[in-house]
Amino acid sequence: FDPIPSSNAKPPGVELWAVFDAPQHLIDALWKNLTHTLSGLFCASINFLESSTAYSAPEWSFPPASGKLRYGTLPREAVCTENLTPWLKLLPCRDKAGISMLLDRPSIYRGFYHSQRLHLTSTGSGSEGMDPGIILEQTLTVVLQPDSQRASLAHANEKHIQPSWSLSSIFGKQISGRCVLAETSNVYFLLDRGLVAELDHIHKENEKSEENVLISEKFWNNPSFELSAKPDRIFKEESSLLSKNASVLYKFEIEKYGESEPFDLGLFWKTPVVWLCQQAPLHANRFLMGSGNERGAIAISLKSTESSEGFMGSFFNDERCELRVDVFQVVPWYVKVYFHSLQVFVDQQPKAVSDIIEKIHVSPSKDKVSPGVMELVLTLPCSVSSAVLTIEFDKGFLHIDEYPPDANQGFDIPSAIVSFPNFHARMVFLENDSLNKSPLLSKFQEKSPVMSYTEVLLVPLTTPDFSMPYNVITITCTVFALYFGSLLNALRRRVAEEERFLKDK
Amino acid sequence: MAETKEKSLSDEKPKPRVRPIVRLGIFLISHSFHVSVVCCTAGVLALFLLPVLAKNTYISENALMPGSASPMLSNQHVSDGNRLVKDLTNPNSKSSETGIESHKIIAQYMLDLGAEVSFHKFHPQMNQFHPLHFFSSPDSGKIQENYSCSSYGINTVGIIRAPRGDGKEAIVLVTPYNALKSGFGEALSLGIAYSVFSLLTQVTWLAKDIIWLVADSQYGEYAAVAAWLREYQTPKFSSLSTPNAEMCPDVNNLFELKGHSISGSKFSNSFRRAGTMAAALVLKVRDQNEQFEDTISIYAEASNGQMPNLDLINVVNYLAVHRQGLRVNVEKLWSLLNSSWLKSLGEIFESLAKVAKSLYPKWKFGIPATEYVEGTATLASSLYYQALGVPTGPHGAFRDYQVDAITLEISPKFSLDKVWRNDILLRGGRLIEGVIRSVNNLLEKFHQSFFLYLLTSPSKFVSVGVYMIAFALLIAPLPMVAASLYVDANSSSNCSKGDSSTPSAITDTDEHSIAIRSWRWLNSAKLVFIVHLWGAIVSLLPYFISQIPDCSPTTSFMIWVLLSILSLLTLNSVLASPLACAKATQEKEWALVKSVTISSVFIGLGLMSVINFATAEIGALLMVPMCLLAQPLKLDVRAGTLRSFCRMICNLVLGHIAFPPAAFFLLKGMLDGFGNANVGDFWMWVESLWAWNSATYLFIGMVELPCWVLCISILFHTC
Repeated sequence: FDPIPSSNAKPPGVELWAVFDAPQHLIDALWKNLTHTLSGLFCASINFLESSTAYSAPEWSFPPASGKLRYGTLPREAVCTENLTPWLKLLPCRDKAGISMLLDRPSIYRGFYHSQRLHLTSTGSGSEGMDPGIILEQTLTVVLQPDSQRASLAHANEKHIQPSWSLSSIFGKQISGRCVLAETSNVYFLLDRGLVAELDHIHKENEKSEENVLISEKFWNNPSFELSAKPDRIFKEESSLLSKNASVLYKFEIEKYGESEPFDLGLFWKTPVVWLCQQAPLHANRFLMGSGNERGAIAISLKSTESSEGFMGSFFNDERCELRVDVFQVVPWYVKVYFHSLQVFVDQQPKAVSDIIEKIHVSPSKDKVSPGVMELVLTLPCSVSSAVLTIEFDKGFLHIDEYPPDANQGFDIPSAIVSFPNFHARMVFLENDSLNKSPLLSKFQEKSPVMSYTEVLLVPLTTPDFSMPYNVITITCTVFALYFGSLLNALRRRVAEEERFLKDK
Repeated sequence: MAETKEKSLSDEKPKPRVRPIVRLGIFLISHSFHVSVVCCTAGVLALFLLPVLAKNTYISENALMPGSASPMLSNQHVSDGNRLVKDLTNPNSKSSETGIESHKIIAQYMLDLGAEVSFHKFHPQMNQFHPLHFFSSPDSGKIQENYSCSSYGINTVGIIRAPRGDGKEAIVLVTPYNALKSGFGEALSLGIAYSVFSLLTQVTWLAKDIIWLVADSQYGEYAAVAAWLREYQTPKFSSLSTPNAEMCPDVNNLFELKGHSISGSKFSNSFRRAGTMAAALVLKVRDQNEQFEDTISIYAEASNGQMPNLDLINVVNYLAVHRQGLRVNVEKLWSLLNSSWLKSLGEIFESLAKVAKSLYPKWKFGIPATEYVEGTATLASSLYYQALGVPTGPHGAFRDYQVDAITLEISPKFSLDKVWRNDILLRGGRLIEGVIRSVNNLLEKFHQSFFLYLLTSPSKFVSVGVYMIAFALLIAPLPMVAASLYVDANSSSNCSKGDSSTPSAITDTDEHSIAIRSWRWLNSAKLVFIVHLWGAIVSLLPYFISQIPDCSPTTSFMIWVLLSILSLLTLNSVLASPLACAKATQEKEWALVKSVTISSVFIGLGLMSVINFATAEIGALLMVPMCLLAQPLKLDVRAGTLRSFCRMICNLVLGHIAFPPAAFFLLKGMLDGFGNANVGDFWMWVESLWAWNSATYLFIGMVELPCWVLCISILFHTC
């Protein structure tokens, strides 16, 4: 599977997880320090993760696990330029030179998706051959759409070609030389497996020429598209058992380009190509059920994607083929989940929970103290076409000062993480010698499970009428006055005595 | 009760000092007749004053910012919409019998825009009477066995994901469309929706996802929307008994349409969702129209008189009037527009306002007489539709899931030329665009403005604080009269007994008889309880009657009436008679019965005003005078004065009017003329009430009907 989307596609908001190499009782304090530091560093309200209602300690959902891991999300925290600037400051040349010159704010924030990521690993004395220190890995993922005349697309029936692009047309900037401090400065350009297969197909049909044209040197200028710059290297992925297709990676070294000759990679399409990215084996989807302010249910639905169907069939031919799915879900305490109400439907048939769930770890929420955590390991038959998990909840009441400023919008449930440990997102490239140099490529080669995040859910909770403190005060005062008046009356007066008093008169 | 006891005590031994609140109570009770007359008149008057007191609407939520951006819908989008209209009205597309072709066309158009498309198949669910389903939340689990392949509808759903949104919220745009016999209006409404949709795929300001639901209205608009919402909100994952629609051959070939299409992944067989719904707009275009202006009608009433947030109506009204130059209409009772008495009432108010203004220039509350008449007609229809508790359009389905929704019906001045069509597409599209943009601006859900209001014109409303006054005045006399009747009944019997018995006996039996006498009201309470029990039985009866196959409405109605009478007699003989006979000899029995009746009516009206104000208001108008005036006819005949004669006449008239079927026929006759009234109509009306789970039905069955029976029994009381 493709490692790029699998490891870089994140849900909206902030996601922070950290493994602490510290004694158990210190971890929470360290976590607080960490959140505050990061929050100050990135001008984001990561410090909200400090409160114990915001983070959780998953047991075994994340690979390095072992109880020293803390995980927290803030789904509502929007990423903005004020977060990007401190992120850029961590780069040696900021956005003044090198590849980061491309990061023109308007064009980045015009995109469909962007996320910035920071990965800190401290290499202690244990790792050999390296000085003790901290490795900082910064990733910025952006999904951009090439400018094109979309209006004209609407009319064209078959003939339209996907828009051509170049770095300057997407980012509005070009790379002029590398950052002097950088050791290596490369641009990689990846042709997706699906695309390569499709191109292959087209190529064969058109020319009937010899096989393996794709890796030939001339591929950067082939009948389907044209690259404006000549790649310095071409990597071809090792075709594995999983798929016959292999992706192709082009490497461009920035060092060769300078002020006079800025690097501007462009792609010009010649023929229309339609391809699909490889999808995770199951498409995860989460939604709310029910209505009203009292209760509801969360449903996580897993649908098998058509693309993976055949492939799963070919891969697992033996009898008891099973698909393992890990689900990790954190719910805030005001969404009071009843874990006993967990129901599983496989292919529209209700199934006993114990048949499907291999392992389950639940830590129920404590009001105003900690969120509820649910970790599940499901084993589904490979032929599954749809599976649904539902779990019911009651909506809790918050204290008036616990409501956020925009309480009437509703409250977010952080997205669930669905991962497929049987499937690994990695690319193995043929030329192994040069790979050691490039951290990016070696990252691609790492084995990591395919992960996907579900949507963030918006739960409307009951909200008090914030705009009417006056009314509340008046009514409360009236009630108090009536109550105390009648209470005092009842305490003070004795009926018999009064009557005797009257008679005496 | 405490006050009345105090009073009875005070009769026996005068106290020098009574607390002021008690004294006030005693004063009110002793003058209950005058107080009730004053209160009732004031209540009715206040109701008629409501159009004068109506305030101008204003947009309460600042985030909406309607009309602050200039519309982006251009002629390009309009011509896109026009293309769809042409394709749909093309005779070729109508050739197929199931209308699948036009669904395919719509889906293809949506796909070309880059939207996610899915079809939603549903089986129309017949509305059935479920006696215990009132007020319960809509549920998914009504399994019916008799599904067949021939009866299913297909909703086409297109979803645009907001490019920079987080996908948590969605705005729904609904266009009902009947593929089998679609008028030009429906195609036009699709055209408008499509032009807006095509614009929204390109805009960058979108923060909420847009769902366009083309509701298959061949089984009714409401049913289609409700089915889709049910699937959206409360899906059922197990399909055990229902045969799947996938088995039907027609549906399968529906899904074959896009093998080759570019966005193959965008189309899916499964149900697609997009976050919590923020608001919904139902768009319709009426086919014929005889008016001279392009108008747009707003329908807002959902089930049980629930209304969407006033801000939604305000936004539509503001944009339509001030930006697109459309005339906005709210439903009116047209027959009231020409009534002369209303006009004269309006003139009186107008002249009163003039006098007030001349006295003190700052009093400006008058409105012109014509405006008053229009306001009253709108208010009356607003009250009527809320009281009915039946939604006035497909938007009602959304309200069941706490989503604010309204139906917009555009009725253009009709002509067939292309310029006109483009104009409607442009203006309608810009209106929808503006509303969607406003709702899109909304950070929170609608909560700022009113939910409880009555409209007197599209830009004027009466809020709950004002209209409650009329109702409160109407029902205020009820507890007072009940208390005074109770006191009267007790004290008068005391006196009569005290006269007849010997002085020696008083000392022995005094304590005992007082104890018995003070519990005498329990008998009347029992009678009232039995009648209410009967009311509950009567309201359950239609469920069993509807099970009888092949019944015309008239016969059903007859059976219902017969069964009701029968059950009343049975209940009376089984439960009431043995004890009632023993006590019936007591005089003033009727006063106690009346007192308890009034109390129960008060409770019933109070409860109903919380559930559905309009029903309670109309019910109070009918029942309060009847309850207050009811007095045995014999007494009136015996008295023979002019006053008692008047009261007798009033009683008889009210006794006829307040009978629910009689009231219904009277209302119907007033609106449509008496010529075509039919006995079965009432049955149909009742059927529609329970089908929509209207609380009005319960109110009629369990409050109004028992009250009427009790009043009649008081009228014919033998004393």
